[in-house]
Amino acid sequence: MHTGLESPKGIWWKPAHKAEKLWVIIAFVWCMVLFAMMPLWHVRGAQNPSGIRAKVDPEAFLARTQEFIRTYQVGTDGGLPVVAPPPGSHVYMMAMQFSWTPVLRLQAGAEYTLHLSALDVNHGFSLFPMNINFQIVPGYDYGLTVTPTEAGEFKVICNEFCGIGHHLMLGKIEVVDGPVTQGGGS
Amino acid sequence: MNWDFRTCPYTGLKVDKNADALMKVNAVVATVALLIGGLSAIGVLLTRWQAIHLFDAAWFYRLLTIHGMNMLIFFILFFEMAILYFASAVLLNSRVAAPKAGWVGFGLMLLGTILIEWMMFAGRADVLFTSYVPLRADPNFYLGVIFFAVGALTVVIQFFATLVIAKREKTYEGSVPLVTFGAATAAIIAVITLGHGAAVYIPTYLWSLGLMEMDAQIYRLVWWGLGHSSQQINVAAMVSVWYLLGAFTVGAVVINEKISRTAFVLYVLFISMASAHHLLVDPGMGPAWKVWNTSYAMYLAVLASMIHGFTVPAGIEVGQRLRGMTKGTFEWFRRAPWGDPGFSSLILSIIIFGFLGGITGVTFGTEQINIIAHNTLRIPGHFHATVVGGTALAFMGLTYYVIPLVFRKKVAFFPLAKMQPYIFAIGMTIFSIAMTFVGTFGVPRRHWDITFANSPFDLQFAPAVDLLLGVMGIGGLIAALGGGIYILITVWSVFLGTPMEGESA
Repeated sequence: MHTGLESPKGIWWKPAHKAEKLWVIIAFVWCMVLFAMMPLWHVRGAQNPSGIRAKVDPEAFLARTQEFIRTYQVGTDGGLPVVAPPPGSHVYMMAMQFSWTPVLRLQAGAEYTLHLSALDVNHGFSLFPMNINFQIVPGYDYGLTVTPTEAGEFKVICNEFCGIGHHLMLGKIEVVDGPVTQGGGS
Repeated sequence: MNWDFRTCPYTGLKVDKNADALMKVNAVVATVALLIGGLSAIGVLLTRWQAIHLFDAAWFYRLLTIHGMNMLIFFILFFEMAILYFASAVLLNSRVAAPKAGWVGFGLMLLGTILIEWMMFAGRADVLFTSYVPLRADPNFYLGVIFFAVGALTVVIQFFATLVIAKREKTYEGSVPLVTFGAATAAIIAVITLGHGAAVYIPTYLWSLGLMEMDAQIYRLVWWGLGHSSQQINVAAMVSVWYLLGAFTVGAVVINEKISRTAFVLYVLFISMASAHHLLVDPGMGPAWKVWNTSYAMYLAVLASMIHGFTVPAGIEVGQRLRGMTKGTFEWFRRAPWGDPGFSSLILSIIIFGFLGGITGVTFGTEQINIIAHNTLRIPGHFHATVVGGTALAFMGLTYYVIPLVFRKKVAFFPLAKMQPYIFAIGMTIFSIAMTFVGTFGVPRRHWDITFANSPFDLQFAPAVDLLLGVMGIGGLIAALGGGIYILITVWSVFLGTPMEGESA
C-alpha cells in the first residue's frame, strides 16, 4: 500500500476490492437512471424550454413588434402600450435596455406563440411569481408555445445583467378570464 | 544552466530552487487576489442583503465583476499554477523544464491581472465575469484576459515539459504518483479551457476595436467552453489535493490505482460537455443537443466524482487502520486528527462539494429544473458550494502544509488555524443553502434592487425572501471571517513568521 504521493512500481492495473467494485456499479446504474430521465422528462413533461427558434435581425424584430402593437393595442400602462391579441395569434415581446415592450393581455386557457428577442444585449425573461426563466439573446427569436392556465397579473423580471439600469427592467403580462376586451385598457 | 536543489527535511523530496521560487510567487499573488475578491465579496453581500443595501448600483455591479474575476480566475488559477509545479517538479524529484519560461508565464499572467484589475476598478469594464457581448468593456479588459490566458498556457506547457524530462532523466521509478496523474488531467482540461478562451476573447478583442462582428449566441456557447471548463480544472485539481491532503495528514493510501486513475480520465473525456447546461434555456440550440450534452454523455463525469467520493475517504480509513486504529468500525474516524486544519479542510471540502454542490449542480443541469433555476440565486448558491466550500477550502487546507514545506515557516496563530476551516465551512454552508432557497422564489442573481423601487410596476417577493437573505448575509459574514483569518495566518506566517527549526531566516 502506498499514498498518492508515491510512484507505484510495476503493474498497478489490478482488480479492485469488491466493496469498491460494488460502489462503481451502484453509481453507474444511478447515472444511467439519471440519463434516462432526461429524455423521458422532455417527452412526458408538460414544461419544456424548447420552441420555435430562429435567427432574426433586431431591426426586423422591432418592426414586427411595432406592427403587433399597432394592430392590437388597447391602452397604456406604466408608460408602455397594452396589447390584447386574439387567442391563437403570434405575440411579440421585445427586451431592450431597460424595458419589456409591450404589456400583454392574454386570455386564460388560450394558446399563443410568444416571440421573445432582444434588441441590444442579452436579457433574461423571468416570469413572476411562476418562476419560469429563459435566456433572451439578441439576434435570436425564441418562439414559445404558451397557454396561460390561470388569470392574474404576472411580472417579467430581467434576470440577465444588461447594464446599469438592469434592476429597473420589469414587464407585465395580464391574464384574464373570458375574452380579452378590445379598447379601454387599464 | 546551473541546477540548484534543496532536500526537504520532512518529505525527503529534492526540490528545485526554481520550482520553490515559482510556487512562492504564485501562492503570494493568489492570496492577494483572494483578499481583493474577499473584500469585494463583503461589499456585494452587504448590498444584496436588502435590509442593508450598502453600495449604489454602479459600484454593486463593479464589485460583482471584481469579485468574480478575482475569485474564479486570479485566486484559483495562480494557486493551481503553484500546484502544477509541486505535482511535476517536486513530486517527481525533477528540475523545472524551463525556469525562464516559467517566469515569462507568470509575468504575462500578472500583467493580464493588473490590466484587468485596472479596467475593473476604473469602471471601464462593468460587464460582470461573463462579459457577454454585445455588452461592451474597454478593449484593454479583453487584452488583459488574453495576456492572462497565454501566460497560464505557458505554465501548463511547462508542466508537461517537466513530466517529459523527469521521465527521460529517470528521476522517479515506475509510474507517476496519483497526485501528479490527477494534476495532469487538470492540466489537459486547462489546455481545452484556454483554447476556448483564445477562441472567444481574441475575436471579442477585435470586436471591441470595431474590427469584426460577434454573434451573441456563439459567444455564449464558446465562452462557456472557457467558463465552465475552468471550473472543471478546479474539480480535477481539488480531487488531486484531496489525495494529497489525505497522504499528508493521515497517510491515506490509494486503494486501487486503476479505479482512481480511470475516474480522472473520465473527467478529461466528458466534463467539457458540462458547459452546455448554461445554455439549457437559450434560443440557439435544440433539445437533442441540450439533452445529450448536459447529461455529460451519460453522466460519466458525475460517475467520476462519485468514485472519488468513495475512494478518498476509503483511502483515509485504510491508512488509519494501517497505523493501528483498528478497534470497532469507527476508531479510525474518531481518532482522526480533527485539530489538523489540513485534515478538517479535506473532510469538510468533500462533504460540502459532494452533498451541497454536486447534488444541486446535477439537478440544475436538467432541462425542466433549469427552467426554474436559470439565473436565479439558486445558481450562485450551487457554485459557492462547489468552488468555495469545495475547491477553495481544499486549497486553504493545503496552504497549512505549503507554509512549512515551501515557505519553511511555522504556521502562525495555530490555535486560530485549527478553527479556521470549521468557521469557513459553517459560514459557507449557511450562505449556500440560504442563497439556494432564496433562488427557489425566483429571486434573480446579479441584481441590485429586488424591491424594484423605480420600476414602472410593483413587485413584492414573499416575506420569507427577506428572512432568507438575512440568513444568507449572516452565513456570508461568518465565511468572510473564516477567509479573513486564513489571510491573516498566511500573510503573517510567510512575511513575519518564525522559520522552521534548522532553517535560517
